[in-house]
Amino acid sequence: MRKISRLSRFNIASLTLGLAFLYLPILILVIYSFNASRLVTVWGGWSLRWYHEFFADRAMIEASWMSLRVAVSSATIATLTGTLAAVALSRGERFRGRTLFSGMLYAPLVMPEVITGLSLLLLFVALNAERGFWTVTIAHTTLTMCFVAVVVQSRLGSLDRSLEEAAMDLGCAPVRAFLSVTLPLIAPAIVAGWMLAFTLSLDDLVIASFTTGPGSATLPIRIYSEVRLGVKPEINAICTLVIALIAVVIVIASLASKLSSSQGESAAPL
Amino acid sequence: MSARRIFARPARFAAIAPYVWMVLFFLVPFGFVLKISLSQTAIAQPPYEPVFDLTAGWSAIRAAFAALSIDNFRLLASDDIYVFAYLRSLTVAVTATALLLLIGYPIAYGMARLPKRWQAVAMVLVIVPFWTSFLIRIYAWINILQHDGLLNQILLALHLVSAPVVWLSTDTAMYIGIVYSYLPFMILPLYATLAKMEPALEEAAGDLGAPPWQVFWLVTFPLSLPGVGAGVLLCFIPIVGEFVIPDLLAGSNSLMIGQTLWLEFFTNKDWPVASAAAIILLVVLLLPLLLYERLQRRQLEEG
Repeated sequence: MRKISRLSRFNIASLTLGLAFLYLPILILVIYSFNASRLVTVWGGWSLRWYHEFFADRAMIEASWMSLRVAVSSATIATLTGTLAAVALSRGERFRGRTLFSGMLYAPLVMPEVITGLSLLLLFVALNAERGFWTVTIAHTTLTMCFVAVVVQSRLGSLDRSLEEAAMDLGCAPVRAFLSVTLPLIAPAIVAGWMLAFTLSLDDLVIASFTTGPGSATLPIRIYSEVRLGVKPEINAICTLVIALIAVVIVIASLASKLSSSQGESAAPL
Repeated sequence: MSARRIFARPARFAAIAPYVWMVLFFLVPFGFVLKISLSQTAIAQPPYEPVFDLTAGWSAIRAAFAALSIDNFRLLASDDIYVFAYLRSLTVAVTATALLLLIGYPIAYGMARLPKRWQAVAMVLVIVPFWTSFLIRIYAWINILQHDGLLNQILLALHLVSAPVVWLSTDTAMYIGIVYSYLPFMILPLYATLAKMEPALEEAAGDLGAPPWQVFWLVTFPLSLPGVGAGVLLCFIPIVGEFVIPDLLAGSNSLMIGQTLWLEFFTNKDWPVASAAAIILLVVLLLPLLLYERLQRRQLEEG
């Protein structure tokens, strides 16, 4: 009885309004992507017209393909390096330059993207590297490995260390203990980290704008240049497709974290 | 105990790859920003001078160092456009963060009061938009706020206004966009501290005769301050450097520093001034960044 009365009418109202605020704009966008009318705001009946236009738009398809390739490669490298970083921070105790290391891992999480993008571009120019797929991938890896490190580290932190210690007391070498005991336990967090890195890379406009070269625009860069020229119904369709893709990713990630919570540990927040 | 020490050594080796990566692609690039901010614009490739040529010998490098100057910083400090851009960035960030706190707190509070099962659901619901593309969410608002957009249609249909209201390209639109984009960053840390709070504390205050507002103001709010701090920093820092939202939703008459930097770089092709602007932005943010780092570390140590 006490529990229920704690949830006041004010609480319910603020929750409902808050969630409506978060979801209504996206819902409206998705609905209008099926609008037959050329005018974005006049409803002309249901239609897949703008999806057809998108699939006929070569430049948009190429940009989508570029974005997907960058997102998969950078998320994969970021998951490897980010997991290593998380292991070093939570199991490595003290080592030389640890403060600098953790500082470098946290700073990009909050650093304005214009600064990160600009600094990476200046590096690539100084190295005379040709800008395109690889420079964007490196830039996205740098940003997203920090997110992977945080997600995996929070999972490692909540893990019972005595499991690893028991394995080692039973004669396991540390690396072996990590691979056969710790790694399976943090696997859901690693999966969630990959998904987060993938969506962050797919989403990024600012850093990609700085680090890509002519002729290799990512999807957000193309969408951005279209949106600046005015609203086009085709953009609604592309955005809906991206939302659908991300929804699939979220379902997989939440299944992974459900898997981790069913193993008796609390799930990582992301 | 000994097992733990054995484990520590290979774990340290795990740091090598990410360490080298971050030094190479995070730390070193800042050196370049610093160096180029002290250079002059040139019609050349790359568009600045002096260019360090490590093969040219010691005297050439010394000459290049001598050619560095702080002119770009003088320019930024003396030109009203830039000074206003910094001030506007700070004003927008303070206002938007205050709005976020006002809107996010009741939502986080409501979440923390839900039964345990529903709390997890609510958290997922708050996180999902954060996973959805940032640009798409801004674009969704352009759909709604434009001249013949949904908002004006509704207002006209309800006879609340007689002619379409200009929403797009105003500060109101920009604040809506910022609040919308950053709301999850404010809600999550607030919710984290509020959910951990002992409900007995509030009940005790209530039993001792405090009216609800007093319970909130004297017990709940002070105890949630770590979450408030984390949420405020998490929103404030990136908003100061925000580029996309003001560019798409705000009017074009007064720019924020992130936009100025972007324009100097892409439109004016003035890399040295853009670099100097980035350095100043970083200096402005250094204090909140350090604060955030400390908060983050303390939370990790506690958690």
